[in-house]
Amino acid sequence: MTDITADAGGAAPLEPGGSLGPLGPAGGTVAVAVPTAAVPRAVWRLLLRRPTFLIGAVIIVFWVVCAIFGHAIAPFNPLAQQLLFNNTAPSGAHWFGTDTLGRDVLSRVVVGSRDILIVTPLATILGTILGTALGLAMGYLGGAFDLIVGRIVEAVLALPAVIIAFLFIVALGPSKTTLIIVIGLIFTPLIARTVRAAVLTERNLDYLSSARLLGERPLRIMFREILPNIMPAILVEFTVRLGYAVFAVATLSFLGFGVQPPTPDWGADIAADYSGLLAGYWWQVLFPALAIASLVIAVNLITDSIEQVLSS
Amino acid sequence: MAMFLLRRLGLMILTLWILSLIVFFAGQILPGDPGRAILGNLATQSAVQNLDHTLGVDRPLLTRYLSWIGGLLHGNFGTSYTYRSAVEPFVRAALINSVKLAALAFVIVVPLGIIGGVIAALYVGRAADRIISVSGLSLAAIPEFVTGIVLIVIFGVTLKVLPVTASAGAGAGDFNQFRHLILPAIPLVFVLFGYIARMARAGTIEALNSDYTRTAILKGLPRTTVIRRHVLRNSLLPTITVIATQTGYLIGGLVVVEDLFNYQGIGNLIFKAAGVKDFAMLEAGVLTIGVVYVLATLAADLLLIALNPRLRTGAGND
Repeated sequence: MTDITADAGGAAPLEPGGSLGPLGPAGGTVAVAVPTAAVPRAVWRLLLRRPTFLIGAVIIVFWVVCAIFGHAIAPFNPLAQQLLFNNTAPSGAHWFGTDTLGRDVLSRVVVGSRDILIVTPLATILGTILGTALGLAMGYLGGAFDLIVGRIVEAVLALPAVIIAFLFIVALGPSKTTLIIVIGLIFTPLIARTVRAAVLTERNLDYLSSARLLGERPLRIMFREILPNIMPAILVEFTVRLGYAVFAVATLSFLGFGVQPPTPDWGADIAADYSGLLAGYWWQVLFPALAIASLVIAVNLITDSIEQVLSS
Repeated sequence: MAMFLLRRLGLMILTLWILSLIVFFAGQILPGDPGRAILGNLATQSAVQNLDHTLGVDRPLLTRYLSWIGGLLHGNFGTSYTYRSAVEPFVRAALINSVKLAALAFVIVVPLGIIGGVIAALYVGRAADRIISVSGLSLAAIPEFVTGIVLIVIFGVTLKVLPVTASAGAGAGDFNQFRHLILPAIPLVFVLFGYIARMARAGTIEALNSDYTRTAILKGLPRTTVIRRHVLRNSLLPTITVIATQTGYLIGGLVVVEDLFNYQGIGNLIFKAAGVKDFAMLEAGVLTIGVVYVLATLAADLLLIALNPRLRTGAGND
């Protein structure tokens, strides 16, 4: 299923949260039964044949290049102010115009890709690692552990995620590290739920009984036997969460909880200049807004392709 | 059934309790001293300590938590440090404003999402389906402030047909206020549309492929009758319950939209309170949101039970 829209809270919209039953009909759960051996190459071949995947990949590669070589590509220094030429409309010299301090908007958009492209994957990786470990333990150990942790996870999932993120960032002070940790921790129970569901489908299969009979320890069974078999589900979950992470990071930067000025950042630049919209300075916010939209859509195109390929 | 409701209620209380803990302790580790924040940098240390003592913020954490919770249970939400008055009227006014905005968004998106999803299902795999599904998916993934800005540029700045702030000002007529809320509601509509349409689409496809639909077609009922009587009635069940669970998303969306359009709703209230470290206001606002959210989730579950007789028997509640 292509449940890109499933999540809790505003940064993460649309989880059919708090449904019936202890862990509910898991929102973004994908039970993909793919034999893991020989998957990578076949998957790649199928992916490369999908135009949606290619478009998404091209956009992401473009922004990654901007993030790495931004200062070299940008026509101006993104921090250089020319107060005499502030609020100028797009022109030959400044393709995207200049902002309230006379800084080149194009240069700020190019360089501003850096932080969102660092924070987003790191937060998602953190959440995926913690969520996978927790989900494996819940699904495999079962019993009282599953019950107690399950209840706590359910209670946490019932809270509006954006409010929790907001409270913690306000308390800890805005920084890239805070953003990574907070988003990672919010993703943990969501990912744990998906992983738990995937483990339950594996739990009674023969290879696990043989492993147990061979006397393998639980930790080894969880990470060496089960984990490789549920990798496709984790991969899909990872890409889905990546989409939300972009949404969340952009939103939190817009609210002032991310990168601090004067460092260029799409969300923060929009927040700084959107009052200029009333005066008609649309270029100052429209271009960073389109940059965010392009990144979000690119991630979702890739997620959608991976889901389609793995479930076909 | 009774068992299920009891468990649901227990979980609600647990959720609210965890939320109260998070809210309270996050509020407490906020950097800054309330006494210092109120009196400013020039005040003497002893005056600050005096005020802290009057406010009760120098007591041990546990004592403060218990007295805060005790106050809440008695309907006392605390006193705002910035306004020097009870927070309750502020929270109530903001909540009413937010409910207006959210209600408008729902009124627009629910019929739109259902119609979109049903059309996509009836033309599954064809152009109409692809357009609805792909645009729904893309719109749902774009942050509200991004769509909000594009809308402001188009309708507020270029075409100048709609106001770009959400408040019409005091004394404005209902219609004027409604006009001001249209633009802020649309970003919320965009994010919700894809999800509702997706649920309606999935439900309709399932109903279309069912035996009862086949029977209805085979006994010669007109297509519209089959769709209205047999398909829609069954397909909209999961959609309706999903809509009720969307309040959680809406709350997050409201923080952003209210900030962008400068609307005095509960999202804006929390955001501003956090900025000036007004703990009492922040805590009351967040808890109010938590209560609304938990109640909406409960309503969704009850609705599902009411609409689906199979869940009423109490079997298979898990």
